[in-house]
Amino acid sequence: MAGGEDMTRMLWLQGASCGGCTMSILESGASGWFDELRQSGIDLIWHPSVSEETGEEVVELLDAIRDGRERLDLLVLEGSVARGPHLSGRFNMLAGTNRSIYHWLLDLAPLADYVVAVGSCAAYGGIPAAGINPTDAVGLQFEGSDGGGALGAGFRSKRGLPVINVAGCAPHPGWVMESLLALTSGDLTTEGLDAVGRPTFIANHLAHHGCSRNEFYEFKASAETMSERGCLMEHLGCRATQAVGDCNQRSWNGGGSCTKGGYACIACTSPGFENAQNYLQTAKLAGIPVGLPTDMPKAWFVALAALSKSATPRRVRVNATSDHVVVPPSRSGDKRSS
Amino acid sequence: MTRITVGPFNRVEGDLEVRLDIESGRVARAEVTAPLYRGFEQILEGRPPLDALVIAPRICGICSVSQSIAAAAALRQAMGVTPAANGVLASNIAHAAENAADHLTHFYIFFMPDFARDAYASHAWHGAAAERFTATKGSAAREALPARARLLEIMGVIAGKWPHSLAFQPGGTTRAIELGERVRLNAIAASLRGFLERVVFADKLENVLALSTPEELDMWREGRGGDFAHFLRLADALALARLGPGPGLLMSFGAYHDIHGARFRAGLRTRDGTIQALPSDRITEDVSHAWMRDTSLDPAESRTEPDADKPDAYSWCKAPRLAGEPVEVGALARQAVDDQTLITALLSESGSNVRNRVIARLIETAQLALSIENWIKALRLNEPFCEASGDAMDGNYVGFVEAARGSLGHWLAVRSGRIARYQIIAPTSWNFSPRDTEGVPGPLEQALVGTDVGDAGARAVGIQHVVRSFDPCMVCTAH
Repeated sequence: MAGGEDMTRMLWLQGASCGGCTMSILESGASGWFDELRQSGIDLIWHPSVSEETGEEVVELLDAIRDGRERLDLLVLEGSVARGPHLSGRFNMLAGTNRSIYHWLLDLAPLADYVVAVGSCAAYGGIPAAGINPTDAVGLQFEGSDGGGALGAGFRSKRGLPVINVAGCAPHPGWVMESLLALTSGDLTTEGLDAVGRPTFIANHLAHHGCSRNEFYEFKASAETMSERGCLMEHLGCRATQAVGDCNQRSWNGGGSCTKGGYACIACTSPGFENAQNYLQTAKLAGIPVGLPTDMPKAWFVALAALSKSATPRRVRVNATSDHVVVPPSRSGDKRSS
Repeated sequence: MTRITVGPFNRVEGDLEVRLDIESGRVARAEVTAPLYRGFEQILEGRPPLDALVIAPRICGICSVSQSIAAAAALRQAMGVTPAANGVLASNIAHAAENAADHLTHFYIFFMPDFARDAYASHAWHGAAAERFTATKGSAAREALPARARLLEIMGVIAGKWPHSLAFQPGGTTRAIELGERVRLNAIAASLRGFLERVVFADKLENVLALSTPEELDMWREGRGGDFAHFLRLADALALARLGPGPGLLMSFGAYHDIHGARFRAGLRTRDGTIQALPSDRITEDVSHAWMRDTSLDPAESRTEPDADKPDAYSWCKAPRLAGEPVEVGALARQAVDDQTLITALLSESGSNVRNRVIARLIETAQLALSIENWIKALRLNEPFCEASGDAMDGNYVGFVEAARGSLGHWLAVRSGRIARYQIIAPTSWNFSPRDTEGVPGPLEQALVGTDVGDAGARAVGIQHVVRSFDPCMVCTAH
């Protein structure tokens, strides 16, 4: 709990979580996340996975924050808020306190300058809210795409902001750190959030932007089974043209991304992604994918798709259904195939 | 007698509560509570079988690949598909990378910081331990976290990202590795070896793995740098070989299967040190002390129905038993069942305990670094990585793998093309199970009994060592 008075005091809690957001953020920083936080002026006053304090030391800290004896600048939640059964929160008790995480959050959130939901669970409910939602799991300020959640649609932190939703399952470590630091520098304001609380510097991009399968997309040259190189949208469930996030403009684990890894974007930054089914198959109506780019007239899309399919170079068509490059680019340019 | 509650019990994956009855300064009785339930088994029911590849990995952010591979193994049976040989190798590489990353995370971030506590300030060794291992501030994390991030770049090549990838399919893996990528994998494997040989062991991995007796280990560590030798000295100073004895039975489902069989074999090590075939048809889950309704003891037949008001229950974790007995799982069990020479010798000398659990994890990390190098070499770049798989047929299927923390099983029932039942028994469900209907405590509950707490009560650091020596993953435990 050391750290100067001028540092930003951050408390990180885990609700109904898999811990994956923490696993992701631990990849951040050239000399590790702890150094990065210090260099950025953030004092991590407690984090369940990494801090020394345990048991009653933690309970004392939480009590002191609740009683106003300790300042709380940033409150981060990872994981959904399990409100059940019957709003008791007993599916997710904070050990040693005889109190649920849900009720702790109701106390602590109004005391923080900023409240940040890290991951789609804390933002919207996420995977624990899927199907019958056995634990009445919600996000901090959303239940799926509906405002409300654990804190209520009208909640504002001490600095007047709603909950900042760093969506993703798990989010890119850069999304988390950049959101936290944009907040502490005062650059991220309510105007910088989209309708479901996501920072627009992330959410104004689509996962599709920068996809390495771009040429296959342009020609609607599609992969038919897993591990093929073609576009994943027509047959294999890819939602990247509809899902927000600069996923393919970043490097995940040193150079990857979902589509580079050979599988579809499942729109994990979107509220409600957990209630889709058959993720790796494209739902179609009369042979046309149901999920088309949202801001493009469907008839145009179909017309352009038909045109581009008829113009597909042999190289692109063959490689689309291969797991490695079979036809390399030629210097003389491809001949139009019949 | 006094009763104390320890929680939130942090620096484990997830949250944990331990209640202890103290008599004459020692733990007389322990109860272990998994305080989080999310309901993954309920969420999976009724879905298309392949949805398990999206849902199940998200049980756990730290062993996500293990969960993926267990689900894929069960689905593989349901679909009758034989995975591409390259896909098996690529899965092994990614899985070993995750498990090695978990072992390093456990050692540097979860376990070692307890030696830096003020409670040890009067010991001569404390200054060096605090400089190196103090939570979030010690010099070790500054090296270990970047090394971990570098190791996880294996996921960027094979799995797109980590955690939570869809690259692990019944038919293999979804990214065909090209020559440049193989070279990158080699470079990452070399980074792992470099970190282990420079920072962890201060010796060649081959030399570490040649150690075969406790005496050789003692001689080897004399005057040696590196964090492993540092730990061994602390373990001696604090008699960690006498702390936290396990229940005696050690189980492994066998790990990293390929055409040559399993890299670490499956089986059960009994109390007399013999290694038997795994009676996997004798796995049961008892709910007598779990907030769960009784359905069936057989994970192939049972369902998960929470009951928060159940009397006498104290955990969301069910109590798995093998032929009616609690068993310990994890790296120590895996290496014991595989009859790794040094681990077998240490077990003969002092049994399962805090020190030997940590040693087994680091010895296994050295083995995994070598295996990763070999599996990368074995990839045949012009051959397929993924075979197409058909529909899942109705029936009951099981996927067994070894996660970093031990044996992980997925029991899948498919009816009319949908998931009818899905049951998961995770490693820490075994290690941190509550009592069963006979009143027999789980492995941690047994291991804590006798731990000296002195006047420190809930702050006793011995309790911290015992609990964290198992490397619990509480998010998997109750799921």
